[in-house]
Amino acid sequence: MSFLSANGAGGPELFSSQVGSRMSFLSMKGKGGQILSSVLVAACVACSLVAVLDIEDQRALGICIAVIAGVAFALSKLGIVQAAEQAGVHHPWAVRCIIVAAFAGVLLVLRENNFALLMSATILIYATVCLGLTIQTGFTGLFNFAGAAFLGTGGYTAAMLANVTWLPDIIVILSGGLIAAALGTILILPVLRTRGHYAALATLAFGILFYGFLEANELLGGPQGLKVPGITILGWDFANEPTLGGISFSFYANYVVLIGAIFAVFMIFTRFVERSWIGIWLDAVRLDETAASVFGLRVSLWKSFAFTTGNFLAGVMGAVYAKMTAFIAPANFTFGDSLTLVSIVLLGGIGNRWGVLIATMIVVLLPEKLQFIQEYRLLLFSCVIIGLLFVRPGGLLARRVRVFGGQ
Amino acid sequence: MSGHAAPPAKDTSLLMASGLSVKFGGLLALNALDIEVKRGEILGLIGPNGSGKTTFFNVISGIYSASSGNVVLDGQDTTTLRPQQIAAHGLARTFQRSRLCLSLSVFDNLMLGAVRRLNSGLWYNLVRRGQLAADIGSAAKEARELLAIFNPQLADKLWQPAISLGMIDRRRLEICRALIGRPKLVLLDEPSAGMTHDETNQLMSEILEVRRGLGGLTIVMVEHEMGLIERATDRCVVLNYGKKICEGKYSQVAADPQVREAYLGKS
Repeated sequence: MSFLSANGAGGPELFSSQVGSRMSFLSMKGKGGQILSSVLVAACVACSLVAVLDIEDQRALGICIAVIAGVAFALSKLGIVQAAEQAGVHHPWAVRCIIVAAFAGVLLVLRENNFALLMSATILIYATVCLGLTIQTGFTGLFNFAGAAFLGTGGYTAAMLANVTWLPDIIVILSGGLIAAALGTILILPVLRTRGHYAALATLAFGILFYGFLEANELLGGPQGLKVPGITILGWDFANEPTLGGISFSFYANYVVLIGAIFAVFMIFTRFVERSWIGIWLDAVRLDETAASVFGLRVSLWKSFAFTTGNFLAGVMGAVYAKMTAFIAPANFTFGDSLTLVSIVLLGGIGNRWGVLIATMIVVLLPEKLQFIQEYRLLLFSCVIIGLLFVRPGGLLARRVRVFGGQ
Repeated sequence: MSGHAAPPAKDTSLLMASGLSVKFGGLLALNALDIEVKRGEILGLIGPNGSGKTTFFNVISGIYSASSGNVVLDGQDTTTLRPQQIAAHGLARTFQRSRLCLSLSVFDNLMLGAVRRLNSGLWYNLVRRGQLAADIGSAAKEARELLAIFNPQLADKLWQPAISLGMIDRRRLEICRALIGRPKLVLLDEPSAGMTHDETNQLMSEILEVRRGLGGLTIVMVEHEMGLIERATDRCVVLNYGKKICEGKYSQVAADPQVREAYLGKS
């Protein structure tokens, strides 16, 4: 019952202005429902993740995925997903605690499973890059078809810095982000003088050229790539296997925790950007550049801000990725990977941060786990996206109208 | 409101366009136009379709650039400035065809009009969240008050997407968006477009009421509805083929043979 009442107050308009005593009573009653819904959703996502990562048998896996899809559909139909989303708006810290708990739970269950932890880290890395794309494409309307290239820029920056200098790893990781951001700025500057989708064109070219450049460049290792040493932060070598209360974890757990923390920071950052005056400005640039400029908005400034910020996120994760996999090659950062990143954003729901996370899980895990579809993976993948966009044109979790402060 | 401290003399000009021409290829959309807008007046800009009224607005607000001539807004030469710089000099406008961001809330749309007054700093927006929330709260209060002058029900729809509004409420929202930045000069491009006679009259009354509240805002209005022009404007300028053919009070202008010819053709 409490779920239903939480759902009943799900439309944004009901949370808005008329905060009479009746409304505040309703939202008090709704609070428990919302929190419970978010616990349920977080638990379901965590269990699905663990199940998909852990199950090896293809038939069992198929059944498992079908069950997950069914549960997800039911949760959405019952309004529990929506209630959980509302919980995120009204009780952000409670929801953040729930998510951290779910994350810890997944980590604990998968503690010694190298492959599963590597996959989890990969999901979080892709999801972070897609957060960057969300700021660029979802908010500001700049299409970026070079996500993988900016990821690679961060990766190669980290590789070169780590191999040539003795800079501390935190600086190396930040430099990855900064170099990617700087490269992006050079790319966006000529685009600022144009209107329309020229950013798509420029990034498309960059995404394709980047691969060719790496392949031909001897200094950067050519097609063979580069070795990269692992991370050491504050004296803790990430190659060590951590133990906590007698339970030992794979060394990948170090990376999952670090990447999870970076992801969390960027998630909050993206939310803060969206729910601020800046969020309105970015949306206005996307929706009507002319009107925005007539009212005094500096369109080029906000386009550069969005583009630079998004590429910074990609670059930071690229550096961590390079250090985690200990080896990078041009083949990790192809144009195809950039397209995958864009499709994650479309699938998740343009401009919705949580949609990005869910979509990344699907896009990264499905082809990896369902080995028998490997060869047909692009085919299946495009079918899934087209099918989903037919059913849900706004993506898995469509973006909501911004309502400030949950007033 | 803000901007000018002492109430300025009524006769000084707020906007002065001299010898303004705009060429689109071989077409001379504005032909050596001289238009003066005095402080505190409502100027009607009329003329047949294609006579250059909207082009004039687009040049003044910086969307098009003038081929020759110049524009002085409140003592500043704004001829070569970009739209965002001209907005900073206190100009706001509406558009002939609605240009709301339909998927954003009413509040978001309104705040776009207040860009100049709001803090866009990164530190403020991303770190000083408490201050930001307080400012958003007071902005929402102000937005509600402004909307309520036009339509009390509109004020309750502050957090609904603009797409959920009806035609007349959208037009009201556009006008509020132009007013909330406390501009010195507002350009209204066909406020009556797409509305019935009664709706138009009602909207005009609302605009005039808000204007009184703001202490005599200067308005330039493009309009085809002559009743509205007669009722609301202090003075009219008539354009035809990008040229000024007549200027004066509505009654004078309406009696002018050249104007009758432009609208009705030669008899």
